[in-house]
Amino acid sequence: MHRTKLFDHVILMMGVFFMVGPLLVALMTSSHEAAEIHRNGLSILPGGHFVETYTKVLTKEGGFTGKITGVRMMMNSLILGIGFAAGKIILSMLAAYALVYFRFRFATITFWMIFTTLLLPLEVRILPSYEVMNTLKLTNTYTGLIVPLLASATGTFYFRQFFKSIPDELLEAARIDGAGPFKFFIDVIVPLSKTMIAAIFIIMFVYGWNQYLWPTLMTTDESFFTLVRGIKQILLVWVGSNIPDYNEAFALAILAMVPPVMIVMIFQRWFIKGLTESDK
Amino acid sequence: MTNTTTSQALSGTMAAPGPGGFWRILGLNKSASKPPEETDAKRVQFSSRLLPYLFLAPQMAIIFIFFYWPSVQAIQSSFYLEDPFGFGSTFVGTANYTDVLKSGEYLGIARFTAVFTALVTFFSLSIGLLLAVKADGVIRGNATYKTLLIWVYAIAPPVAGLMGMMMFDQHIGPLVKVAAFFGWDMKVGLNYNDTAFAMIVVSVWKQIPYNFIFFLSGLQGIPVSVREAALMDCRSGLRRFWTVILPLLAPTAFFLLIINTTYALFDTFGVIDVMVKDKAANNPITLVYKVYMDGFRGNDLGGSSAQSVILMIIVFVLTIFQFRFIERRVHYN
Repeated sequence: MHRTKLFDHVILMMGVFFMVGPLLVALMTSSHEAAEIHRNGLSILPGGHFVETYTKVLTKEGGFTGKITGVRMMMNSLILGIGFAAGKIILSMLAAYALVYFRFRFATITFWMIFTTLLLPLEVRILPSYEVMNTLKLTNTYTGLIVPLLASATGTFYFRQFFKSIPDELLEAARIDGAGPFKFFIDVIVPLSKTMIAAIFIIMFVYGWNQYLWPTLMTTDESFFTLVRGIKQILLVWVGSNIPDYNEAFALAILAMVPPVMIVMIFQRWFIKGLTESDK
Repeated sequence: MTNTTTSQALSGTMAAPGPGGFWRILGLNKSASKPPEETDAKRVQFSSRLLPYLFLAPQMAIIFIFFYWPSVQAIQSSFYLEDPFGFGSTFVGTANYTDVLKSGEYLGIARFTAVFTALVTFFSLSIGLLLAVKADGVIRGNATYKTLLIWVYAIAPPVAGLMGMMMFDQHIGPLVKVAAFFGWDMKVGLNYNDTAFAMIVVSVWKQIPYNFIFFLSGLQGIPVSVREAALMDCRSGLRRFWTVILPLLAPTAFFLLIINTTYALFDTFGVIDVMVKDKAANNPITLVYKVYMDGFRGNDLGGSSAQSVILMIIVFVLTIFQFRFIERRVHYN
């Protein structure tokens, strides 16, 4: 019995090594000088240039136009992540509220029209989506970056399911008290949905922050680049030189992963709940 | 992950519903004689002429402009040949489709996509399951393992690709040195097979946490009484796993199978884009990447749209398969 447990731990530690090892190496290596990395390879011990490298990556104006800084890209990533998560929650709560709490003529067809959006990921309709954005003159805008990503109705289904689990008695009671649809929504539904909102916000923020394909198409103006979108461009410029700036590349990668990783870590319980239990 | 079952759910990075949850979310796995709304509607509802439409308006507007319009356009332009300089287009019937399906290059990419998807799905599912079973079994350190193992979920695919590039770098990559030790001269980015190998490793790495989370929560949902009964009936841990635990995990596993397939098909775009380093010609790419290349680099609007439609059909078939399969084979309590 004891031996099996030990064996379990060995497997788990190998798993942790495989999953976390590269992240640790990236973090440690980013604190060394480029020449040193070029000479000695990757490192698992911290070097002495942490502050220097990160200050440079965050504030140096780089990219093809020489105008975009790491701070700017981080801001854009935050705008995308928060804008996407907030937009998704507002849209889906309203739509789900209408679907669950109202009787109206086109309910069934509306439901199926929303459902259909779940069938086709953005990736299979990138080119026409891009054309539409061009027609609407929304390329290189935050609207163009965020709003089309909201066109999938995942959130609506989560909230719809959640609203259905709210006891009918609450609505009956609210009606006896004379509460209308708006009051019921604000005073009963929103407070009851707090945990659900938090869980979905976390998942959607990570999703928005990590978007790559859509920002790549939508933004050609570097001042709209997010960290994730900018990474490849900036690598091409930096890593092209004789001694590639591995340290800066790693620093950028670390910056691009820290906010979503931190959020998942800190709100781990909500995150897992949102991910696995949204069908309850 | 963003993912939906089908789509976004399927596309994995997003939030996905729990095991089997997707159809449950839709209310479809109840006796489906009535439309879902009617079966699940509240007993009491507001009645208002205008309000429901008002609440639905923002969502519907966005769906129409950014989902239905482009989707219809994709289907439409797949039947036209666009002039590369933008002077009009000619109706060519199904020529774009036959061109695509007859192209040896396209079929080669399709074959690679199939192999890539199968391998990524298989390895990320089995490693995720293994770790979940072990993490479920140990008592001490359970929470720590869990926390450490799910980190990578939050990393964007292109960032994962970048990490992979560094690990497989010609000069500094430790994995290249390990391979060299076994006599394997690995040249990621130059050699087709080596790049494919590296892409698969990175894509699996990125997806393990997702599978781990779902398998672990599936395992923890198995009642203690069932486990104890199994323990009495069967001493061998391995056999107990195969005959009791694994069948109970089947719904989770099937749900994850679909999610992982969609992940490998679509969400690995970022990994691939970073790892082929703009030299897609001698490197392996997947079907989605080909749509992107033909549409945005090659300016072949018709061909790219035809490919989009082919992908849409694949996703549809997957979804229907999932629906059918869940309806018939998998039972939830």
